[in-house]
Amino acid sequence: MGSITLKNVQKHFGEAKVIPSVDLEIKDGEFVVFVGPSGSGKSTLLRLIAGLEDLTGGTITIDGKDVTDAAPAARGLAMVFQSYALYPHMTVRKNIAFPLKMAKMEQAAIDKKVEAAANVLNLTDYLERRPSQLSGGQRQRVAIGRAIVREPSAFLFDEPLSNLDAALRGTMRLEISDLHNQLKTTMIYVTHDQIEAMTMADKIVVLNRGNIEQVGSPMELYLTPRNLFVAGFIGSPRMNLLTGDYAKAKGATTAGIRPEHLTLSKESGTWKGRVTVAEHLGADTFLHLDVEGIGQMTARASGEFGAHHGDTVYLTPDETRLHRFDDKGLAIKA
Amino acid sequence: MATQNTRTLARLMMAPSVVVLLIWMAVPLAMTLYYSFQNYNLLTPQNVSFAGFFNYQYFYTDPAFFQSIWNTLLLVLGVLAITVIGGTAIALLIDQPIFGQGIVRILVISPFFVMPPVAALIWKNMIMHPGYGVFADIAKFFGVQPIDWFAQYPLFSVIIIVAWQWLPFATLILLTALQSLDSEQREAAEMDGANFFNRFIYLTIPHLSRAVTVVILIQTIFLLGIYAEILVTTNGGPGYASTNLTFLIYRTARLGYDVGGGAAGGIIAVVLANIVAIFLMRAVGKNLDK
Repeated sequence: MGSITLKNVQKHFGEAKVIPSVDLEIKDGEFVVFVGPSGSGKSTLLRLIAGLEDLTGGTITIDGKDVTDAAPAARGLAMVFQSYALYPHMTVRKNIAFPLKMAKMEQAAIDKKVEAAANVLNLTDYLERRPSQLSGGQRQRVAIGRAIVREPSAFLFDEPLSNLDAALRGTMRLEISDLHNQLKTTMIYVTHDQIEAMTMADKIVVLNRGNIEQVGSPMELYLTPRNLFVAGFIGSPRMNLLTGDYAKAKGATTAGIRPEHLTLSKESGTWKGRVTVAEHLGADTFLHLDVEGIGQMTARASGEFGAHHGDTVYLTPDETRLHRFDDKGLAIKA
Repeated sequence: MATQNTRTLARLMMAPSVVVLLIWMAVPLAMTLYYSFQNYNLLTPQNVSFAGFFNYQYFYTDPAFFQSIWNTLLLVLGVLAITVIGGTAIALLIDQPIFGQGIVRILVISPFFVMPPVAALIWKNMIMHPGYGVFADIAKFFGVQPIDWFAQYPLFSVIIIVAWQWLPFATLILLTALQSLDSEQREAAEMDGANFFNRFIYLTIPHLSRAVTVVILIQTIFLLGIYAEILVTTNGGPGYASTNLTFLIYRTARLGYDVGGGAAGGIIAVVLANIVAIFLMRAVGKNLDK
């Protein structure tokens, strides 16, 4: 079990209201990702749930029990830290066993659980090593192992992959998703990387300056962003946000069109642009364009599109995929 | 790592200081060795002659010899115990955020700036004096017979004074070590259900082991040569109760005007220091390699 409810949660550091007020419902077994730029309060929110920070106001309940003032250990949560926070002087075995030892479990039972966790995480050959003798990915797995042996009601991940190289990050992303499918335990995952958010989450919580901008499944956020912030934050490359005459003609202050919803042509189209930078990835081509009467835009073509710096290219937007926002930045319902 | 060129240059640049240090160390050692084999008394400076091992025998048969070695070790161990345990406790305390932290830290460090004879005199005359010392006042307030510290517990009194002087050093080193403890590790331990006591045992103490080693090694070097505090307080007495090896050498060489005997004592002190060093490096030196 691991349903978590946040009611009117507030956190102030002196004058700074890092989290003005947050309400959030996390269901048992959900994989929830907190995503937002630096300083959006996503890590603070996670630490509030973990009990590593005191709340300024509001309540947190886990499985219907009020844990607002409970000590971190009493909440039945396990956390994986950005720096892994392994105990450097202990072997991998002792690291993983530490929470069980603190819970005064019998040594035989501890050994069994540690072996089982090591088996799941492919750490069996490394149990007698120290953290300093492990690679980044292995350390990460030890940190996860230390979390799973406790059989917590929810896992908290604080940007766990940000210290890994790109290839390893991809692998660990899969492993964590896999782990969630096996354990079916609630997971809360903090990241600033929207690819991690889109690929892993059941539910994404987009945070900006301590406020929740939108909560929804990855596809909901992609297809119907509630406001300009979410529209600009979700999707890579970023959505093109157009102001001026074109937006006005569509009855909006700002019109948004994703790079993948622009059709590229060398002969004709709605807009005419000059290529400033062309990124050829093989599977995709990203063109950064200077468009007449509009300014900078980004377009994505599937496969190779033979355009280079200085070439003239025509763009046609798919107007069924157009996002419209009013003067407050909120989406206009079609 | 470096090219042949930079290695040669580095050696060349280091050569002067290495040579100076070598002379600085080798010449006094050689002179001490030389004098330790000479009959050389300042009362009869004209009668200098080869003495063989007589000086060593003379120093070894001094009735204070074994007690002085024992006292030297007790002094070192006592001060180490007080400074390491006390230093850890104070470092833990001043690591907490409090009002006026900067001033508190300066005050805690300040005993280190007081020169040893001054500190010893203050302790002797203002704190431990049986008539008008602070301890005596406290004893009298409770209606207890004041303790005559330097008469009743001479070595222990010296240990207290020296420990007071070295406590800031230990505190400072241990405080910086405490501050380098990764906060995420502490939080992880907190989430793992470790209370303050367990965090201290399983996280803080292992983390401090290297700093404690540094404190022990550096302090031992200086503590083996404690002299000024003994000179101005107990003068080695009563009897030989607070005479350590350094003080015995002083007595032989300066009060007895016996340069040869003092030199022999000096060589014995060097041997003792090396035995202690070997023992220490075996016991705690491995902490430095981690």
